[in-house]
Amino acid sequence: MKKIQILGTGCAKCQKLTAVVDETAKALGLTYEIEKVTEIDRIMGFGVMSTPALVVDGVVKLAGKVPAIEDMKKLLD
Amino acid sequence: MNLLAPTTSIDPLLPNKPGTPAVIKYIGAGLVLAAAWWIVYSQLALAARWLTYRIFGLTEGTPLASAVEFFVFEVPKVLMLLGLVVFGVGIIRSYFTPDRTRAILAGKRESVGNVLAALLGVVTPFCSCSAVPLFIGFVTTGVPLGVTFSFLISAPMVNEIALVLLFGLFGWKVAALYMSTGLVIAILAGWIIGRLKLERHVEDWVYATKTGSSGLADEKAALTTRVAAGREAVRDIVGRVWIYVVLGIAVGAGIHGYVPTNAMAAIMGKGAWWSVPLAVLLGVPMYSNAAGIIPIVQALLGKGAALGTVLAFMMAVIGLSLPEAIILRKVLKLPLIFTFFSVVAAGIMVVGFLFNALF
Repeated sequence: MKKIQILGTGCAKCQKLTAVVDETAKALGLTYEIEKVTEIDRIMGFGVMSTPALVVDGVVKLAGKVPAIEDMKKLLD
Repeated sequence: MNLLAPTTSIDPLLPNKPGTPAVIKYIGAGLVLAAAWWIVYSQLALAARWLTYRIFGLTEGTPLASAVEFFVFEVPKVLMLLGLVVFGVGIIRSYFTPDRTRAILAGKRESVGNVLAALLGVVTPFCSCSAVPLFIGFVTTGVPLGVTFSFLISAPMVNEIALVLLFGLFGWKVAALYMSTGLVIAILAGWIIGRLKLERHVEDWVYATKTGSSGLADEKAALTTRVAAGREAVRDIVGRVWIYVVLGIAVGAGIHGYVPTNAMAAIMGKGAWWSVPLAVLLGVPMYSNAAGIIPIVQALLGKGAALGTVLAFMMAVIGLSLPEAIILRKVLKLPLIFTFFSVVAAGIMVVGFLFNALF
């Protein structure tokens, strides 16, 4: 079970990132759960200064951009 | 990963070692593309004339011909410049993550810090939607408040889209003026805010926030990764603003062809002192349509508007935005937001008056 967290305060790019994660995880056949982290103090706790950011199993993988699905595959694998 | 495999992938997430054949290939392709770009770019004026007078059969000297020629020349010109510069800036920005910028600024003395912050604001990727985490990340890890403001002022104001449009439509002098005065405003306004000791007007919980470390700061990437970042920037930014560029140039073309010369002299000319503060007041609520507004303003300049007034208007449009103020309200109390906007607006007005007096 992968724990995927999307950090962001609800911007348009955050929704896009969530969609890319969903699509990629389904394509890879992962079992996963997505949590959207919108509280600013929790986002800061990860040390992220540009949103949206992607956290997989507690590790920050990406900040401030939405990658293509091909690139997302490597981040989730 | 198989280390013997040819490292020609352009994968942004698996860095290639520099010095591989991919790099040589990229440089070769880059040179060919640059040459092609230049050949097309240098023929745009001729092509615009040919289209306007030969293909459309318009009569030289009529308002319609003048507007059409303006449009078919400026649209490809500005879009080509935008693509080139956004690509270059995308590559430069891949070297300056917010994390690295913060590491450079943390613990710097105020004066030096203000200058560095304003300069880094130009090259660090910034989106006003991330202004809050960035602000907290800066002030909780030892970047002084005034230095943080220098960054927050320069990052949106001195941006590549504004510079490209200014360069393309007004020439390098105006672009350079805009960039240098923008930097000076960011440095001075941040320094003044630092002197005013306004830390108590930052929301109390901000300084209590525990900022972690993302571990992304040490990301090393090869040239191929950075080229991919540049391409991504072009897709993202040009994809987003091209429509505003086209619309703005269309309106500008209309003004260019149909509005009589000197029509703007009375309301936006040098003689009207009140035009500078008015331009700033009008500019603040307008936001993120710099791409559309600059071509219009350029056309007005040709009709007798004064350069200082025009610069002040653009700086207010690009540098001060109400949405950003609303976003920052989360972390700043009203007196600080008010001070921030007043100091920057005053700086912009000084620039406006200065250039009206000088040119």
